[in-house]
Amino acid sequence: MDVVNTNFMNEILEILSENAKATSSEIAALLGRPEADVAREIRELEESGVIRKYITLVNWEKLDMSYVFAVLELKVALQRKTGYDAVAERIANFSEVESVRLISGDHDLSVTVRGKSMKDIAYFVAERIATLEGVQSTCTHFILKSYKEHGVILTEKQRPQRLVITP
Amino acid sequence: MKQSLKNIPAWNAERHLNQVVKAMPPSGIRKFFDLVNEMKGAISLGVGEPDFVTPWHVREACIYSLESGNTHYTSNKGMPELREVICESVRSDHGLDYDPAEEILITTGVSEAVDLAFRATLNPGDEAIVPEPCYVAYTPDILLTGGVAKTVPTRLEDEFRLQSEDVAAAVTDRTRVLLLSYPNNPTGAIMTRSDLEDLANVVVENDLLVISDEVYAKLTYSGSHVSFAQLEGMQERTVILNGLSKSHAMTGWRVGYALGDPALVGAMTKVHQYTMLSAPTMAQVAAIEAMQRGEEEMLHMKHEYDLRRRMFVSGLNRIGLDCFEPRGAFYAFPSVKTWGLSSEEFAQRLLKEQKVAVVPGSVFGPSGEGFLRCSYATSRGELIEALDRIETFLTSL
Repeated sequence: MDVVNTNFMNEILEILSENAKATSSEIAALLGRPEADVAREIRELEESGVIRKYITLVNWEKLDMSYVFAVLELKVALQRKTGYDAVAERIANFSEVESVRLISGDHDLSVTVRGKSMKDIAYFVAERIATLEGVQSTCTHFILKSYKEHGVILTEKQRPQRLVITP
Repeated sequence: MKQSLKNIPAWNAERHLNQVVKAMPPSGIRKFFDLVNEMKGAISLGVGEPDFVTPWHVREACIYSLESGNTHYTSNKGMPELREVICESVRSDHGLDYDPAEEILITTGVSEAVDLAFRATLNPGDEAIVPEPCYVAYTPDILLTGGVAKTVPTRLEDEFRLQSEDVAAAVTDRTRVLLLSYPNNPTGAIMTRSDLEDLANVVVENDLLVISDEVYAKLTYSGSHVSFAQLEGMQERTVILNGLSKSHAMTGWRVGYALGDPALVGAMTKVHQYTMLSAPTMAQVAAIEAMQRGEEEMLHMKHEYDLRRRMFVSGLNRIGLDCFEPRGAFYAFPSVKTWGLSSEEFAQRLLKEQKVAVVPGSVFGPSGEGFLRCSYATSRGELIEALDRIETFLTSL
């Protein structure tokens, strides 16, 4: 892929990862390129799987009906041929699981889980994760408060004010 | 026995004012500020500073320094480490060598540096040439020295680049200084190397000193900024003024600097030591952090301005406000000449009817009449909303 096109693609991805709602025409205006080029590029990125999903960052803590999140640290026995992949993929299939990552350090997999209550998650871990073949140990960390997600600081402070007109 | 004063005349403070200060009109921006300030829900494109907050690592470095008790004066010239790191960056950006010991002064914002440069170089009656439209402080600062500001217009057809013929025509035997201010506030114009070379001939022929306010230098969008001091033989006749306000989103910290011939910088330092003593210590510490580790965040902010610039300028042209492409700073300077209103009428009605604040070009000098200064140092969402509102306003005219 040529450099110019790689830049164009990266610029589009940067804009969309900041704001999934940015339209092709807005992106075209920001980049000074024809809208049709932007729309084609986005379609290609979607079709090739580079763009997987457009998501909304929700601050659940602002609502009464909030979810409980937990980070699980798992020790996993390495399997012949498949390594960590087979067990990681099995875990990823559960709808309760939001993310699965292979990590360095004391544990092997880091898994984020979403549930309606702590009990919900505790049962899920005990029944579905800990019992999986290859999972040697689990350690559940419930998330008590989230300060920053996806680069956005969630603990709100008043935005510092600028003077409305300055020379 | 103590005698009591009789018949004390009424106090008249006006009688005690300096005549130059008294005659100085208040900034035209002031009137507009009051109008906008009273209006709720207005989108302001009138702000001459970044919308970004100073990057956290810079603020954090300042906090740590305060915790360590770093609260004393610094040397008049500024902290040696800051002077060194600035000289190093000017060397790598522009290939210009300045001695951190003798050829740089750290000031309390570029504003102080502008004032010092005029005070250190102009005698009463001396003339300084000031291209217009321009930032509002130059002429008042010149008047305070007893000097004379000779304004030279720049024009849309030249994309507001200063023309050497205009400068040559304004030179008299009292002219001592040529002020340059590029990238320009309010027009967003830049000067290319060849524009500057044309000027250099006039400068040398008339033995002028160039005072070059380059506070928007880092915000140059096509190619990189060329300083007048980079031209052959011109470094010694140029005082470069710059600071971190715009590039590193540090307006409130008040850190600027002046670079130039030791005799000139020395003279400025003399005034500085009797007036300011030293720039705020905590701000200098923050500036060191910003200069040493702030490059990435600075480029990120610049990139964001560049995206907004393209979107906003193409948007203005689309809705019918003709705008040349500004290549520096964070201002667009569209023309309203085809709409049958003066720039002040246009700005006032736009504010009242659609709640969008822009600054009438006339505030920046007569040659700014017929134009508006619109700052795109505001969020993309606000810019899009402002374009919609301006379009609605234009439809109603």
